[in-house]
Amino acid sequence: MSSNQNILVKLKQAGLRINNKWLVKDVSLQIEKGKIVTLIGPNGSGKSTTAKIALGIYKKINGEANKYTNKVGYVPQKISIDWTLPLRVSDFMVLTENLKEEAINDALSLTGVLHLKDKNLGDLSGGEFQRVLLARAISKKPELLVLDEPVQGVDFTGEIALYELIKKISDELNCGILLISHDLHTVMSATDHVVCLNGHVCCSGSPIEVAKNNEYKALFGEQASQILSRYEHRHDHIHTNEGKIKKN
Amino acid sequence: MLDDFFIRALIAGLGIAIVTGPLGCFVIWRRLSYFGDTLAHSALLGVTLAYTLEFNIAISVFIISSLIALILIDLQKRTNLPGDALLGLLAHSSLAVGLVVIGFLTFIRFDIMGLLFGDILAVTTDDIFIIWIGGPLILIILKLIWKPLFASTVNYELAEAEGLNPDRAKAIFTILMAGIIAISIKMVGLLLITGMLIIPAAMARNISSSPQMMVIYSVIGGLLSVILGLLTSLEFNTASGPSIIAAALFLFILSLLKIKQSIKLKN
Repeated sequence: MSSNQNILVKLKQAGLRINNKWLVKDVSLQIEKGKIVTLIGPNGSGKSTTAKIALGIYKKINGEANKYTNKVGYVPQKISIDWTLPLRVSDFMVLTENLKEEAINDALSLTGVLHLKDKNLGDLSGGEFQRVLLARAISKKPELLVLDEPVQGVDFTGEIALYELIKKISDELNCGILLISHDLHTVMSATDHVVCLNGHVCCSGSPIEVAKNNEYKALFGEQASQILSRYEHRHDHIHTNEGKIKKN
Repeated sequence: MLDDFFIRALIAGLGIAIVTGPLGCFVIWRRLSYFGDTLAHSALLGVTLAYTLEFNIAISVFIISSLIALILIDLQKRTNLPGDALLGLLAHSSLAVGLVVIGFLTFIRFDIMGLLFGDILAVTTDDIFIIWIGGPLILIILKLIWKPLFASTVNYELAEAEGLNPDRAKAIFTILMAGIIAISIKMVGLLLITGMLIIPAAMARNISSSPQMMVIYSVIGGLLSVILGLLTSLEFNTASGPSIIAAALFLFILSLLKIKQSIKLKN
C-alpha cells in the first residue's frame, strides 16, 4: 500500500473530446512523489491538454483522472494577463495562497528575479515573466508541480540553471513533477519517466526505453534518437564518493 | 443649509460609495460593465413588482436582478449567441417589459425620472437602514471570496488548477452585483448605477500600481463623488444621480492629468 500513498495523480485512459474532435485520447499515466514525468510530442499532440486533464481543469473528460493532492503549483504554457489589472510581481506571488515575505523572497531569488519584486508584471520581458511564473509555482511548496514549457523564452544559461533548479526542487520537496518540454537533452538527463504523445500515448517508459522505441524514432527522426543515445552513453557509469568511476 | 433630507441622502450615498468602490474594480477587471447595465435595467421590473405587491423595493429588485442573472447563465449554456447579444436582449427586453407593466399600473403614480436617474428626496430612514446593513454584508462576502475571485480574474486556469473553485466565486459575485444594484437604485437611478461602479474605479486605475491601491482609491473617489455631487444637487437643484456621476467624471478627468505627467517622466 505504501506505493499507493505516493501517487499524486493517476490518469486511466483519459481523453478529451471537443466538438467531436479528440484533442487527446487514451492517456494513462501516474505521477508519484519525488518523481519527474515528462511529456514529449510534436505540436498539437495533446501535451498541454493532458496536463490540464491531470490538473482537473476540464470537467467533462473521457476515462478517469484522479488528483490526490490540493497543494498544486502550475506554470501554464500560455498566460495572458489583462493589463486593466495593476499587478506587481509581489501581488502575483500571493495570487492563490498567502505567503510570508520570506517565502516570496526565497522563491524569487531561486529563479533569479528578486530584483523585480516591485515591478509591474506588464513591464517584464518574456524570460523574466517565465522566471516569475516558476517562482510563484514553487513558492507555495507544492506536492504536485505541473510545468508546461517552463523555460520558454529564457536565455540559454538560464535555461540550464532552471532545469537544475527543477530537479533540485523535486528532490528537496519530494514533490511529483509533470514536465512538458521540447528540449530532448533535458528530458533525457533529468526525467524518471517519459510519455511520448501524438494524440495518444505513442510510447512511454524510462528515457532509454523511449529512445529505442521505433515509434519514437518515426515521430522525431533519427537525429533525435542520436541525442538520446549520447545520453545513454553518458549514463552508463556512476560517480562514487572517492571520485572514481564505477561502471553500471 | 443642511436640511434633513440632505443628511439622509448623504449618509445613504456614502454607504453606497464604500460598496461600489471594490465591486467597481472587479467590474472593470472582469469586463462586466455591460453585465452591470443589464442587471440595472432589469431592476425596473423589480420596482414595478414592488409597487404592485406593496413590497420593499430593494428586496424585490434584488430578487429580479438575481433571476435575470440566472436566466443569462442558462441562456449562455443553451444558445450559440454571443454574450453581448444575450446581455442586450435581456437588458432591453426587461426594461421594455418594465415600462409596459408601468403603463398598466395606472392607479399608481410613478416618478419615472426618479427611477431612471435617482431621487435624493425619496431616500427614507428605511433605505439608510437597508444600505448600511446590506452594504457591509456585501463587503464581508466580497472579502471572503476575494482570493478565488481575484485569482480567476487574473487567470481562470491557474485558479482552477490550484484548487480555488473560481466558478463558485463567480456565482457569488453575480449575486453581490444584484445586491448593490438593489440598494443603490433609489439613490443613483437605474440608468446610472453602472457609472457609479465604473467611473470611480476607472479613475483609481489611472493612479494605482497595485490592486489593493486601486480598491482604496476607488472607494475614496466614490465618496468624494457623492459629497461633491450631492452638494451640487442641493445648490443647483439638479437630479442627484447625474450630479454624482458628473462629479465622478470630473475626478476621472483630474486623474488623466496624473497619467500625462507620468508619461512625460517616462520619456
